[in-house]
Amino acid sequence: MLSRTADNLFWLSRYVERADYLARILETTSRMSVLPTAYTGDTNEWTSALSTAGCLNAFLEIYEKPTAETVTEFLAFSEQNPASIRRCLETARFNARAVRTALTQEMWETINGAWLDLQKMDERDISGSRISRFTEWVKDVSLRIDGSGYRTMLRNDAYWFSRLGFFIERADNTARILDVKYHLLLPENSAVGGGLDYSQWTAILRSVNALTAYRWVYRESLKPWLIADMLILNEELPRSLASCYKNIVECLDSLGSAYGNQGKAQRQARTIHTSLENSVIAQVFQTGLHEFLTAFIADNNRLGAAIIEQYL
Amino acid sequence: MAFDEMYAADGSVRPPYAGVAKWLASVSPDQLERRRLEAELFYRRGGITFAVYGDNQGEERIIPFDIIPRVLSSAEWNKLSKGLEQRVRALNMYLADIYGKQSVIKAGLVPEDLVLQNPAYRPEMAGVAVPHGVYVHIAGIDIVRIDADDFYVLEDNARTPSGVSYMLGGREICFRLMADLYGAHRVAPVDNYPDELVSMLRSVAPRNAGDMPTVALLTPGQFNSAYYEHSFLADKMGVELVEGRDLFVSEDCVYKRTTEGPRKVDVIYRRVDDDFIDPEAFRADSMLGVPGLFGAYTAGNVTLANAVGTGAADDKAIYTYMPEIVRFFLDEEPILKNVPTWRCRDPKDLSYVLDHLPELVVKEVHGSGGYGMLVGPQSTTSEIEDFRARLKANPETYIAQPTLALSTCPSFVASGVAPRHVDLRPFVLTGADGIKTVPGGLTRVAMREGSLVVNSSQGGGTKDTWVIDL
Repeated sequence: MLSRTADNLFWLSRYVERADYLARILETTSRMSVLPTAYTGDTNEWTSALSTAGCLNAFLEIYEKPTAETVTEFLAFSEQNPASIRRCLETARFNARAVRTALTQEMWETINGAWLDLQKMDERDISGSRISRFTEWVKDVSLRIDGSGYRTMLRNDAYWFSRLGFFIERADNTARILDVKYHLLLPENSAVGGGLDYSQWTAILRSVNALTAYRWVYRESLKPWLIADMLILNEELPRSLASCYKNIVECLDSLGSAYGNQGKAQRQARTIHTSLENSVIAQVFQTGLHEFLTAFIADNNRLGAAIIEQYL
Repeated sequence: MAFDEMYAADGSVRPPYAGVAKWLASVSPDQLERRRLEAELFYRRGGITFAVYGDNQGEERIIPFDIIPRVLSSAEWNKLSKGLEQRVRALNMYLADIYGKQSVIKAGLVPEDLVLQNPAYRPEMAGVAVPHGVYVHIAGIDIVRIDADDFYVLEDNARTPSGVSYMLGGREICFRLMADLYGAHRVAPVDNYPDELVSMLRSVAPRNAGDMPTVALLTPGQFNSAYYEHSFLADKMGVELVEGRDLFVSEDCVYKRTTEGPRKVDVIYRRVDDDFIDPEAFRADSMLGVPGLFGAYTAGNVTLANAVGTGAADDKAIYTYMPEIVRFFLDEEPILKNVPTWRCRDPKDLSYVLDHLPELVVKEVHGSGGYGMLVGPQSTTSEIEDFRARLKANPETYIAQPTLALSTCPSFVASGVAPRHVDLRPFVLTGADGIKTVPGGLTRVAMREGSLVVNSSQGGGTKDTWVIDL
């Protein structure tokens, strides 16, 4: 397939995944922000949302103070923020239109329909307590795009490039959530705080859609080291780093066998996957969670670059 | 009084429209409105849009679709399609001649300066052997009716005619929303057009291309007004939609850049104008083209459809010579008529035109899209005087025609069902193995009462066109 087409498919998925992630951050943050301050401490939840989204500095160039209104506006709608949900969906649709022929009709209509809905939305209607309606809509859009691709695309290179975009972006997002909250995630048997930490942990799990899953996997109350274990090493959780890399390796192997050759991207992905497979969480804490995550985010970026260099 | 395709002068319904008339009598305006809205939604959701250049409000617009089909009997169509075939054969022979022996000039049939000074004439093409001798692979011939008997050619489009996606989209809508009416007729299919198109394109591949030549559709990109059509056709043909930057030329062969490295391309259905296809051969500032493409083409390693320089056959000045061109090359009487046309370059014609401006339609020889034209009867005195000055300054760039009473068809508009003026653009495919025309074409309709301008850029809409067995 055309390199440009593969490139557009890859980024189309990344932008959709990112919009979904931002919606989750907004959702968890607005949940946290209505808790009494006694439970949230003095850290501003809205500042932390910006760090998780990786755009605190960009925000401070435009606004003075992170508040519910300014952060929602910035993350959801701002035209000045190239990574706002609106801009992500617009860019996704732009990419989709450029590769119309590589998408199935169902996928195209889902993306185009979402874009049309977005044009009609009035931001003033959505602010404040009604933000949840908007975030629900964004999550729904990403489900439909994902689902229509899954159900209708041919299993060929176009599909694998599109899936790669989802997984690389997802791995990055999960790692960032963990990294912003790493100081709350402590190794086994450390003294655990009270209600404040508890609500922060549930927030982390919510933002990766894993609160209920946690109970099924560990069958015990929330423990910070188990949360880290789940999000990093548990292959059963679709948003864990290990699960993302299992899928990334599969996609790259499919591409490799379809094209009849393996390259740097395959090797790098396999290395990362193997090291995740062989890790135990105690060891991760020994290295330092923050150091581990920083290194992971850098590796993940390098893999993205290797894919682009090899194919796009 | 314009010729109405549904009602005869005595108020009786013409035979092809019997089913439509019966159906119209049975549906309420509410039902029609609901179907109209559904059709609009179909276009919006599908992103079946076009862009109007110089329009600031919203860059993507949809073309209004009129849900009442236009009907032709198969007998009418058979006559029309024979005429189309004849016309396109003549266009191809004319092009082969002006880039070859130039016998039309030697015979004094067409003035030399009209051929050679024509801005669309490409001297670089002189003596180039195009693959399989075909120049105009895809032609869109604009047809109007003014009475029951004859079809007139309003314009030949031999460069990159567009609109076929609206023909196919309209049929899809009729199929979905008008199943009751559609099912009651035996409508000749058009949905095989993309298959016919791609097999035609394969048939004209260079002889060194092998058994399964690679076809690609070259688009200027997603900001082009017809981008939807480009992506639609590529998708339906199952060929790659490429932009200039996806292709490169090496040793006079064309390659596309793929995830598996370079892959050779044999046939390019290009929807990029001559000027922009190759910055090394034509406009150096073109960002849309492929450097070296024209060299690969003249070396015979890639087929371009349509060929370079076909515009020399379709402007309005050459149009006036088409009946003579048909007789000259085919030794047959033209089946399709030409609209009587005054050539303003001729002083006698010019003085007639200047004396009769309020009743004539005056068009720029090289214009298209309904821009730069005067519709005398619908213009104010000051508009006419304005135009008179322009015409006098550059008479050779204009032609004039009587204001034709284009035929009307029943259409669903705000006030209900009412007659509106229409034209027809059938699409004619010419390959190595002959000429094919899918039955029907794109009917364009002027949705405003009394208006004769059907161009989508000027508020025109489209209709599905049915060729039926009575």
